[in-house]
Amino acid sequence: MAGIVVHKGNVAAMNRVNVDTDQIIPKQFLKRIERTGFGQFLFFDWRFHSDGSDNEKFELNQPHNQNASILVANQNFGCGSSREHAPWALQDYGFQVIIAPNFADIFYNNCVKNGILAIQLPEEKVNELLVKADEAVYELTVDLSQQILFDDNGFKAEFTIDPYWKEMLLNGWDEVSLTLNYEEDISNYEKQRAL
Amino acid sequence: MTKKTIIEKIWEKHTVVSEPGKPSLLYIDLHMVHEVTSPQAFEGLRLKGRKVRRPDLTFATMDHNVPTLDRYVIKDEIAKKQMDTLSDNCQQFGVRVADLNSPDSGIVHVIGPELGLTQPGKTIVCGDSHTSTHGAFGALAFGIGTSEVEHVLSTQTLWQSKPKTLQVHVKGDLPLGVTAKDIILAIIAKFGVNFGTGSIIEFTGEAIRNMTMEERMTVCNMSIEAGAKAGLISPDETTFEYLKGRQYVPQGEEFEKAVEQWRELATDEGAEYDRTVEIEASEIEPQVTWGTNPSQGIGVNGVVPNPADYNNAADKIAIEQALNYMGLTPSTPITNVEVQHVFIGSCTNSRMSDLRAAAQVAKGRKVAPGVRAMVVPGSQKIKLQAEAEGLDQVFLDAGFEWRESGCSMCLSMNPDFVPEGERCASTSNRNFEGRQGKGARTHLVSPAMAAAAAVAGKFVDVRTFTEATVK
Ligand code: SF4
Repeated sequence: MAGIVVHKGNVAAMNRVNVDTDQIIPKQFLKRIERTGFGQFLFFDWRFHSDGSDNEKFELNQPHNQNASILVANQNFGCGSSREHAPWALQDYGFQVIIAPNFADIFYNNCVKNGILAIQLPEEKVNELLVKADEAVYELTVDLSQQILFDDNGFKAEFTIDPYWKEMLLNGWDEVSLTLNYEEDISNYEKQRAL
Repeated sequence: MTKKTIIEKIWEKHTVVSEPGKPSLLYIDLHMVHEVTSPQAFEGLRLKGRKVRRPDLTFATMDHNVPTLDRYVIKDEIAKKQMDTLSDNCQQFGVRVADLNSPDSGIVHVIGPELGLTQPGKTIVCGDSHTSTHGAFGALAFGIGTSEVEHVLSTQTLWQSKPKTLQVHVKGDLPLGVTAKDIILAIIAKFGVNFGTGSIIEFTGEAIRNMTMEERMTVCNMSIEAGAKAGLISPDETTFEYLKGRQYVPQGEEFEKAVEQWRELATDEGAEYDRTVEIEASEIEPQVTWGTNPSQGIGVNGVVPNPADYNNAADKIAIEQALNYMGLTPSTPITNVEVQHVFIGSCTNSRMSDLRAAAQVAKGRKVAPGVRAMVVPGSQKIKLQAEAEGLDQVFLDAGFEWRESGCSMCLSMNPDFVPEGERCASTSNRNFEGRQGKGARTHLVSPAMAAAAAVAGKFVDVRTFTEATVK
């Protein structure tokens, strides 16, 4: 997994609350045993009509949102099912950063573990971004090392992130390898509890 | 000595490494695995030449994809491949699996408790958000993603930041005809779908203490619908009584020793929580959801909300969107709403007491014309037990379908689904758009309310519908 330090990209706004992972990737696509190829199914029921044609009203189908790599959404993004297929689909589609006032816990963890930067911003800031990206192409720069995001017209916001996740994202570390360094601690713990 | 909640006690006991500024490394006592969220995790192990650290603490089953008409006739090739992959992976890595042939098979959150794998004080994870169900036993149980499944398989641990503690205190006792499902739906309706985000809930209070283990499981099951990381209940005599003699529970003297330790787990009198909310059980009515998330629910004698009554623009839009998807007119009494499907099942409500409650309503009555009603037991053991009690016949006589166990129409990954635009009274836990099929309209209710809806062809207050259902 490659690390993220600075990411510059176009922003797609999705002003919806409680977007659940059943919407991000509907259940009929969870039967695959691979990790890749889920982007084509992202937001499937919202993105396509029953006959397979594009739903032009859907946010991601609007012309100014093509090639977006940053998604801005509203409250409680990623709630519901634990399916990691949701971040896999978002990433495969091209999103590397997701911004919202808050995220569902499991979804947040799933993002970090896949190298997607999920940024929690105060609601006013999110609302500002939702407006800016609503109708025209809007570009934003995210600097993880500095923990800031900004545009070329004076918008700036700082964000907080757990230092552990930050380090992992910056370096693109494989968490299992990191944990295996604690093998001795784990073995001792098992002995002590007679597990 | 400082007074502690059960959450803190379990957390401390399972901390392997804690370094300042970092999440804690928690040891995992039980890892449940199912076919949908595990293939990529096993593949990860294979790619890196790793093995499963503790196959003895890992237990797999198949539930999400399993056909319930005849579990051996799997027409969906991709679903079949996913189940076969789980069998192969379990064999290769030495993990126990309750496969389709096993009498132990069923929905992962139903069989854990049933087999006695679920025990007080354990840390339990599964690649499934409703893992919170196991919290009913005073276990710290939560859902994880596939990367974390791989992490637990390789290391038997997880890095976790300590969540906040949230007490949900249910005062008083349940009124007649009101069930555990109604309590948890009412809690979510009152406090919202993300009031638990970043927290672990402990359910307390008289109403919870008086519940059976099956009822407690229903309550904890839906903690995730409040956004909580987990939901649990301090263990007590009811818990120990339920566990006694089960397959994977210590037996005889060992059991008594275990009980002594389990008793210590309960939250200390006077321990403090980061936050506490209260709800009065006696004010709760049987619930029906009208919208597209579990907080959009009302008492059965209520009316569907009218966006015009709301000042906040976001609320207005959310209600309008939900009503639009659900095909409901504002201010309609929910008892005027007709259903075409009824689903009794899922890890929320598919255990013996749920089936008995539904059968009591169905007995001697008929499913209304035009309604397709289906009962899907939570495990093969429950199926057999229900058949031994003659419940299958009660359902069949009333015109319900009687199926084999599995997740079925809770998320419709198997062949069972609700067609577009049709309406279903469901005992499951999620009424999200498309959950039971594209364009399907789901209303969450208790098993008794679902059975009553099947017979009436619309939502009815089960308390007035039949004296027989009143305790
Ligand atoms: S019954 Fe439904 S909620 Fe429970 S594990 Fe199966 S799909 Fe998930």
